[in-house]
Formats: sequence, structure tokens, C-alpha cells
Amino acid sequence: MHLVYPTVLAALLFAIGVYGVLARRNAVLVLMSIEIMLNAVNINLIAFNAWLQDTLLAGQIFGLFVIAVAAAEVGVGLAIVLLIYRTNETVDIDSLTELGDAQGAQRDAQLAQRGVDRSAAGAGAEAQVR
Amino acid sequence: MIETSLSTVLAAEEVSTPFQLAGTTWPDFAWLIPVFPFVAFFVILFFGKRMRTSGTVVGIVAIAASLVVSLGVFSQAYLHPGFVEEKKVILTPFGDGRLTLGMKVDGLAALMFVIVCLVSLLVQVYSTSYMDGDSRYTFFFAMLSLFTTGMLIVTIADNLMLMLVGWEIMGVCSYFLIGHFWEETPNSNAAIKAFLTTRVGDVGFMIGIFILFWGAQSFEFSTIIERAESGEMPRNLVVAGTVAIFFGAVGKSAQFPLHTWLPDAMAGPTPVSALIHAATMVASGIYMVARLYPVFELSGPALNLIGVLAAITMTMAALIALVQDDIKKVLAYSTVSQLAYMTAGLAVGGYTAGFFHLLTHAAFKGLLFLGAGSVIHAVHSNNMSEMGGLRRYLPRTHATYLVGCIALAGIPPLAGFWSKDEVILDAYWAAGFGHPHEDVATSPIVGKMVFASAVVTAVLTAFYVTRMYCLTWLGTYRGKGTPHESSAAMTVPLMVLTVPAAVLGFWGSPLWPDAHNIKRVVAFAGQPYHAPELLPIVAGTSVALAVLGVVVGFAIYGKGLPRRDPTLHMGLVTKTLQRKFFLDDLYLHAIVRPTRSTIAAGSYWLNQHVFDAPPNLAGKGAVLAGRAAYAVDRNVIDGTVNGSGRTASFTGRALALVQNGNVQAYATGMFVGVLALAVAFAAR
Amino acid sequence: MTLAQAAPGYADVTAQEVIFLLLGLVAVASAVLVVTTKNVVHAALWLVVTLAAVAGSYLMLTAEFLAWVQVLIYIGSVVVLLLFGIMLTKAPIGGTAGLDGENRVAAGIVATALGGTLATLMIDAFRHAYIDLDDFTASGAEETGSAIFQHYVLPFEVVSVLLLAALIGSIVLSRNDEGGR
Repeated sequence: MHLVYPTVLAALLFAIGVYGVLARRNAVLVLMSIEIMLNAVNINLIAFNAWLQDTLLAGQIFGLFVIAVAAAEVGVGLAIVLLIYRTNETVDIDSLTELGDAQGAQRDAQLAQRGVDRSAAGAGAEAQVR
Repeated sequence: MIETSLSTVLAAEEVSTPFQLAGTTWPDFAWLIPVFPFVAFFVILFFGKRMRTSGTVVGIVAIAASLVVSLGVFSQAYLHPGFVEEKKVILTPFGDGRLTLGMKVDGLAALMFVIVCLVSLLVQVYSTSYMDGDSRYTFFFAMLSLFTTGMLIVTIADNLMLMLVGWEIMGVCSYFLIGHFWEETPNSNAAIKAFLTTRVGDVGFMIGIFILFWGAQSFEFSTIIERAESGEMPRNLVVAGTVAIFFGAVGKSAQFPLHTWLPDAMAGPTPVSALIHAATMVASGIYMVARLYPVFELSGPALNLIGVLAAITMTMAALIALVQDDIKKVLAYSTVSQLAYMTAGLAVGGYTAGFFHLLTHAAFKGLLFLGAGSVIHAVHSNNMSEMGGLRRYLPRTHATYLVGCIALAGIPPLAGFWSKDEVILDAYWAAGFGHPHEDVATSPIVGKMVFASAVVTAVLTAFYVTRMYCLTWLGTYRGKGTPHESSAAMTVPLMVLTVPAAVLGFWGSPLWPDAHNIKRVVAFAGQPYHAPELLPIVAGTSVALAVLGVVVGFAIYGKGLPRRDPTLHMGLVTKTLQRKFFLDDLYLHAIVRPTRSTIAAGSYWLNQHVFDAPPNLAGKGAVLAGRAAYAVDRNVIDGTVNGSGRTASFTGRALALVQNGNVQAYATGMFVGVLALAVAFAAR
Repeated sequence: MTLAQAAPGYADVTAQEVIFLLLGLVAVASAVLVVTTKNVVHAALWLVVTLAAVAGSYLMLTAEFLAWVQVLIYIGSVVVLLLFGIMLTKAPIGGTAGLDGENRVAAGIVATALGGTLATLMIDAFRHAYIDLDDFTASGAEETGSAIFQHYVLPFEVVSVLLLAALIGSIVLSRNDEGGR
């Protein structure tokens, strides 16, 4: 068969997986989307292995390893998700923004306002002195 | 660049003069004469207050030293008539001219030295008693020394610029000395009037200097005389220069129309009047003309102008003196009149006559001023109406004063007669009468004018002198208290001056040995010599007129002040004379008031808005620039700095929004980046 | 190498191609459902369908061993694991409304762009490539096994270690703190 079919399939699956990773709110669903992506990659590997008719079957072996790694990754990933669940009572990614700087932005805004006031006061004092 | 060049011209054979060092002559040291009082000025000014004698001894010793040197120089001049010694130090060359510090010592200068030093010495001794107790005693003496220095610089100078320096020093010192009692406004006004009036003359003087420089390309007397005589100097420059330069003499020597300052200058202390107005400053104008006389001789218009002004001044001043009550004012107007005699002498070609009269006038007028000072000191009043019968109270002063009066009136054989007679004789010849020895450039009309006024003035002089004498010394005392004779410090100078007042006239008379006659001593190089003459008709007339004046005077005032002083009851004539021919009023309304109001205001406006405009604008510009700089500093520079800070924090805040903690957002960003890279690589 | 061999045109559709296309269609559809369904459990089940379809594709591409490994491992353990995860995190059993994050639009754009780019790239690059399924050597379990244990022993061992590490890691991570560190 034309190589185009497996590779395009892989591309589409990959894109769908990307969408899932970026858009889904539940952490477990994100993990599922990652699985889809890995499967897309695997299809590519197998397809090229078949096209190249590799005697060493490198593509397939590599695909095997990908599966193994994916399994391991899901295991560890779920452990982490469980930990998050334990701490936050939720696995909603959108609420996991502690590493973010939103408060920092607010703090900066406050500081900036205070600084403006201070410099305005300083200019006023200067004008008075003069 | 200083070079010294030495040119010595000695006429006649080398006859040793008294007390000279081997290899040198007295004139070699003539430059010391102005130096001594100049040093004394600084010493008195800085240290006088701390000295026991308040600096007077310093001044007197200095002038005495100058007198000694002057006498030495004079001995050289007397024994070697016609000698000239010149020395100079070049200060700066510029263009065709050079500024030099030089001395020209000849008979004229030598004589002047003696007069100035002697009178200055006597005045300083006199002042130790007269000014005793004054609050500015030390400063007075410092100014006396500086004034003497100025006059000596004028005397010794060999070029017009140096003479101008001495001229101006005298001007300034006369301001200080006349205004000595400046606490009262009339006195300071008198000082300002004296200074400004002579200043007006000085403008002409300076113009004259520059014209002569333009013509002769040099400031030096010798060079100017030489170039004028040889014809190198264009004739119109000669005339213009002499006329202009004479205005300096008009100012300083109080000729019409700049004579008004001299009577008012009597506001100063009497020793000052004696020094300045009898002997020195007023003589400086005459001296200056005498120095340049060969140039004046070539300039007929200048001589005519001098003659006319002299004639007017002579008679006018003598008339005004008739109605004065203040004894010093009488002497002041008398001085103006006698100065006119001197200038008249110069105008009619009587160079020696004019200078001779200067000499005798210095003696007897100085004597009269100092005597008047003694009287004022005793009576505590200047007015003759409060004097009278003082010969009983001040015998020594009376004796000396009488000698002075006789000399002034021109009665032979005292000094005044001989010198006045020579002037009249020269005027007689210039007028076209008799047989003159040589032609003069003066026109006969002017000569006649001078002659006429000289004769008339002789009568008037005798009259007012007699009036003054009688009102002061004869009759009964009209004042308060008991006057007493003055101290020795005051009477001794009087007695010293009596001697020249009495006998000095003989030096210029036919009775003196011809070889050392004043005419020979004072003559300038190339002047033809004619022995002094006594023309009976002229001399007899002048004596007769003088005696007439004296007799009339005695007739009216012989017993002191009459109930009706005739001079004060001549109606309009008296009024005119008392108002000094309305000249002061004319000057006040025509010159002083417009200057003070309009011109002063105009000058003030000009100064504030035009001359001060550049500095004011510069100042305002500087202020604006300062403000602009501040604005730039605050808004641009600080703005940039602040702006960069604000930009950084704004950028930070903007970027911080990216870090929202949402992992998926980060992942999105990553994927976008990867996609971009992939497209980029693929497109290549 | 059959790379340069002139491939038959796209009009000649072989049987394998048809089946492959069908399987691909199923895979894509179920994957779309995985990422868009509102029910978490349904998402997991649709994932099963996707993985099964992919396994079928492997078979079409003559990777038999891998196909069965896929079914065993992926569907057998990974999905089970995911279901455990869903259960332990008390994911709502029914449908929930806001299961899609705020990032939806951006994600959609990125995904579309990515998919489009990749697909274009693939088509453009491998337009003329053809997998010759008739003339080739077998790749059954025997071949795969001998390839692993002859040529890829070391990576195999490393993967074992990796799995061990993952095992230990997840145990450690999910341990309660009562034991104390």
C-alpha cells in the first residue's frame, strides 16, 4: 500500500492527541490523549519499518519499546495524578495554577501603583523645594 | 620692552655747578624730584595714621628733598642758560608712536621745579598749624603730596602723554583737596564744579594731543616742535592742534569761559587755595603752552584766540573782584585776572614775560593766600565786613600781607611791577606801537585789545587791592572777640615768601647781569634773545595808573569800611558784578539743568535698556536655559530612565501573564513553537 | 530497497488498503470521541476502540507480534490503569459539563495547524512511496524475538530497568506519609 496512508493516519492521530493534551481539563484525560499520540508515533514506526523492509526489524522493536515506555509513563503519571488528587481534592488542571504568577502580577500592579504615587510625591516635594 | 636711550645736550663749556658729584650733573638726578613726593604719598596713605606726627614729617621731608634737587638743577640752569637734558625709557612701541617715560629738563622746567617745590613745602609747613585737629589731617597731607607729584610730573614730562598723566592726577587731587570739608554740600558742590569744569577743558586738551600726534607722529615735545618748525607738520594740523590743546589751559588756568570754578573753589582750606590756585595747578596751563611755545608761535589763530580770551578774562575778573566781601573770593578773582595776564603775555609773543609773571605771581599770591588764611584763622570769618583794624592784632601777618599787596598792585620796585610791565610792553609792541624787535603771529587788533585791557586791569587791580587792604587792616575791628597772631608755623612761611615777592622782579629787569637774566634761563632753543627793556612811556603809564588806583582806593576806604561802600551801590553794575556777569546762571540753566534732567534721564534709559540689554538678555537667557535644562533633565533624561524602568516592569507584568500556571497553556506554546520550526525547516 | 521502484497509482486500491483505510477511519473517529466526549469513562472506552483499531493497522502492516502486544499491554493494562485512575480520582461517572479547558480554541487551532502541516508534509514527501507487502520477509513473533535477543538485548534490559524504576517510582509517589521518610 501507499506509504501515504499510514503516515497521514499517524499525522491525524497525532494532531488529535495534541488537541486532547491541550484542551482537556481532567488530568487523566490528558494522559489518555498522550496515549493516542504515542500510538500515532508507533504507527509511523511500523509503517516505515514495512516500507524499508528492515531485516533487523528496528521499527517494530522500537515500537515495542515505545509501548513499554508508554506503560511505564502512564503508571508514574497516574501516581502523580493521585498525589495531586490527594492534595487538592481535584484533578482539574485549570485550577492547578500555583506555579503561576497571577498573584505576582497583581502584586506587581500594586507595587507599581505605589511607586507611581511615591515618585509623584517626590516630584511634588521637589517642586516645593524649588 | 624697555630700552634706555640717553641723549644729553649741554650747551656752553663745562663749568662746575655747586655740590655735584664727579661725572654727573644735577639734571641727571632730576627724575628724583617727582619720585620723592610720590613715595611720600604712599607712605602717608598707608602708615600715616600710625605715625606720631601723622605723616606730616614724611611729606615735608620728601618735598624738602625734592627742593634740594630742584635747586641743584636750577643752579645748572642758571649757570648754563640754554641747556637741555633729556632721558627716556621706552614703555611700549605701538605703530609709529612710542609710549615713553621721559624727562626733559631745561631752564623752564628747572624754574618750575623750584617754584612748585618751594610753595608746596611752605604750604605743608603752614598746614601743620592751620589744619591741626582736622579729622582728615593725614589724608590731607597724603593728597598734598600726590598733588605735588602730579604737578612735578607735568613739569618734568618730555611727552604729551606723560604730561596728561600728571594733569589728570592734579585734577583728581584738586577734587579731593577742594572738597576737603565735604560734610557741607556747598563744599562738595564746589569740588565737583572744579573737577567738571576743568574736565571740559581736558576734552579739548586730549583732542589737541591727538591732533598733534597725528601731525607729528610722536608725543614728544622736542619732536613735535622740530616737525612743526621744519614744516613737516601740515599747517592746518598745527593750528587745530594748538587751538584744541589750549582749551586744556583754558580749563586748568581758569580763563573765560571756564573760569567759574576758581572762585567757588575757595570752599577748600586756605592752604589748598594757596598751593593750587596761586602757584601750581593754575600755572600748569601756562606751563603747557610755554612748553609747546614754538608750535604756538607758528599758529596765528591760536595766539589770537588766546589773546581775546585773556583780554576778556582779565577785565571781567578784576571788575567782579570789586564787589566781593569774602577776602578769599577777592584773591580768587585776582588770580583769574593775573592768570589772564600770563596768557596775554603768551598771546602777544611775550613767552618770557608771561612766565616771569607766573613766577612773581606764585610768590606774592601765595603770600597773600597764606596771609588771608592767617587772618581767617584769627577772626574765624572770611568776610571783610567782619574784619578791620587788624594791623594792631596781627602785626607780622600785616607786614607780610602789605608787601604782597604792593607787589600785586604793581608798584615798583616790587616784583609785580617788573613782570606786569613786561607783559604790557609786549602787548604794546604786538599792538603795532613802537618798534618791536621781531614780528609776532598775533594780529595787531588782538594786540590792541590785550594792551587796552591790560592797562585797564592794572588800574582795577590797584583799586581792589587797596580796597581789600583797607577793609581788612585799617579802621576799627568789626568782628567778635579778640583776634590773635598766628603761630610760627604759619607766620614763618609768610616771611619766607616776602623775600621773592619783593626782590624776584629784579631778575627779569634790566638791572640783572645779562648773562643770567631770566630771559636767557627760560628761553627755548632757537629763541632770539633781547635784553629786558624799560620803555619809559609804557612803564610810566602803567605806574601812574597803578598809583591812581591806589590813591582812589585810599580816598574811599582809607578809614576802613565807609557807611556806604560805593562798589555795592552802583545799581545795575553792582548787580551784574555780584552775579558774576550772570555766567553761573547761564551755565546752570543752559548746561547743568538740561544735563541733569534730560541727558541724565536719557543716559539712564540708554544704559538700562541698551547697554544693559545684552547682559540682561544673557541673564534671562541663562535662566531660561537653566529652566529648559531642568525640564529636559526631568522629562527627557529622567523620563528615559523612568520610562525604561516602567517599560521593564510593564514588560515583566505582560510576560507574567503568560505564566498563568496552566500547564496546557505552556504546552500550547510549545507546540506552536515546534510547529513554527517545523514549517521553517520544511520550507527551506 | 524498493524505494525507487515505480509505485502503482492511487487508483489501484488493494484489499489491504481498503481494510487499512477503514481501520484508520475507525481509529480517527474514536480518537476524536476520546478528546471530545463529556463522559470520562466513555472517553476511556473510546480509547479502547482507538487502540484496537491501531492494533488492526499493525496487522495490516505485517507487525503481528506488535499488534498482539498492543492489545495486551495497551488495552489490557494501560486502559485498566487509566480506569483505576478515573475511579481513584473520583471522576464523575456521568457527564460533566466543563470537561474541556479554557484552552480549547487555542488548542484547536494548534492541533489543526499541526495536523495539516504534518499531513501535507507526509503527502508531499512520500507521494511515490509504496510498501510492497507481497515480496518481503516475514516478521512474526519468531523473527521479532530473535531480533530482540540478538541485536537489541541491551535496550531490552534497559527497558526492564526503566519499568522497574517506574514501578518503584509510582509506589513511592503514591505511598502514604504515615511510614515517615
